[in-house]
Amino acid sequence: MAVPILKQGQYLIASIQDALTDADLQQLRDALVAQVGRHRSRGVIVDITALDVMDSFAVRTVRDIAHMTRLRGAETVIVGMQPEVALSVVQPGLSLEGVHAALDLEEGLAFLDEKATAARGGRPGA
Amino acid sequence: MANTQDFATLAEARLETTASRLRELVAHLRQQRAQLREEWARLITEAKLLTAMTKEEIFAEATSVYDNYVEALETGTSEALQAYARSLSERIIPRGVETDEVVGIVLLLRDVLARSLFAKYRTDFEVLSRVLDAYEPAANRIAITVAVGFVQERERVIREQQEAIRELSTPVLPVRERLLILPIIGLIDRQRARQLTEQLLHAIRTNRAKVVVMDITGVPAMDSNVANHLVQTVEASRLLGATVIVTGLSPEIAQTLVTIGVDLRTMHTVGDLQGGIEEAERLLGLDVVPITEATPRT
Repeated sequence: MAVPILKQGQYLIASIQDALTDADLQQLRDALVAQVGRHRSRGVIVDITALDVMDSFAVRTVRDIAHMTRLRGAETVIVGMQPEVALSVVQPGLSLEGVHAALDLEEGLAFLDEKATAARGGRPGA
Repeated sequence: MANTQDFATLAEARLETTASRLRELVAHLRQQRAQLREEWARLITEAKLLTAMTKEEIFAEATSVYDNYVEALETGTSEALQAYARSLSERIIPRGVETDEVVGIVLLLRDVLARSLFAKYRTDFEVLSRVLDAYEPAANRIAITVAVGFVQERERVIREQQEAIRELSTPVLPVRERLLILPIIGLIDRQRARQLTEQLLHAIRTNRAKVVVMDITGVPAMDSNVANHLVQTVEASRLLGATVIVTGLSPEIAQTLVTIGVDLRTMHTVGDLQGGIEEAERLLGLDVVPITEATPRT
């Protein structure tokens, strides 16, 4: 099942609605990394509210998306992670270090707006 | 061949006599019920057991224990007695009856009954010995059943209380919009740490919290397992979009954490709870000032 990617202003929003196969995840990663350049996006939001579990491949792919889009000029925010998923993701061996996260879509958008304002204000790293 | 058969019949015969001895025994105990029960209750009071109960209560319990005891001897099964022991424990544990008292009274009853057997068969040691053969294993089994039942009931009560303490001891409190406080008091073991994390993560979601101040002033010590769990909790909260500020690390805990080399780079720590809340307000973009300073501005 392909994940629809919506363009919203300067941001791209990918809302995962179902458990994804490894191939679906790779496809999502490739599509996001490609479209960030095409739309000159400044931010990416990956909504995983609907996911009840995340295996190590999913975690790694999400981390890869964040790092790859950053290299292409867009910050990625993961939103809507379930508490149980968060618990399982922080077990040793898995890591989402360096990946931004927010409670839900609204918070994610607010976070990206803040980042954009800070960048315009000439305060790098804020 | 003939020998084996002899042994078999002998064993059978012995079994048969054991059963009949027990029957005889039970009949005797039923007959002497009033007297033996009286004797037993007297011994309990004399030995200063069950001091938490009144004389009448002791007598009432003694009566039902006696009847259950004789019944267990008769049927050879201890299920009814077990159930009774459990209900008895339920009733007397809250009143502060100790394990040694319960074991003590059962052993007293065993002795009272044995004495009465001695008295009955004192003319014939041969018969006495065989009656005791039948009586002793059964009596010991009953004593064990009652003691185990009592201890199990106590353990169940302790488990329930631990559960209750655990739930009470980890409140997650909203203090401002989107700010939670998690005061932790007492030792944290692995199970409590896990429960704490789960409660916190769900509270973050339901309260839409952005900042959490975790105060561990009341935690006396911490080992590497718990410290690592704490780091994981902070990371898991971050994945839900909340920043965790840890406050109130005691000198001992600070030393332990650095000595055992827990990776604390991701931990945001502030000295005390007050400082933690101020930092949280800063992160939330709140500014708390005295009214006198605030009024001219608005």
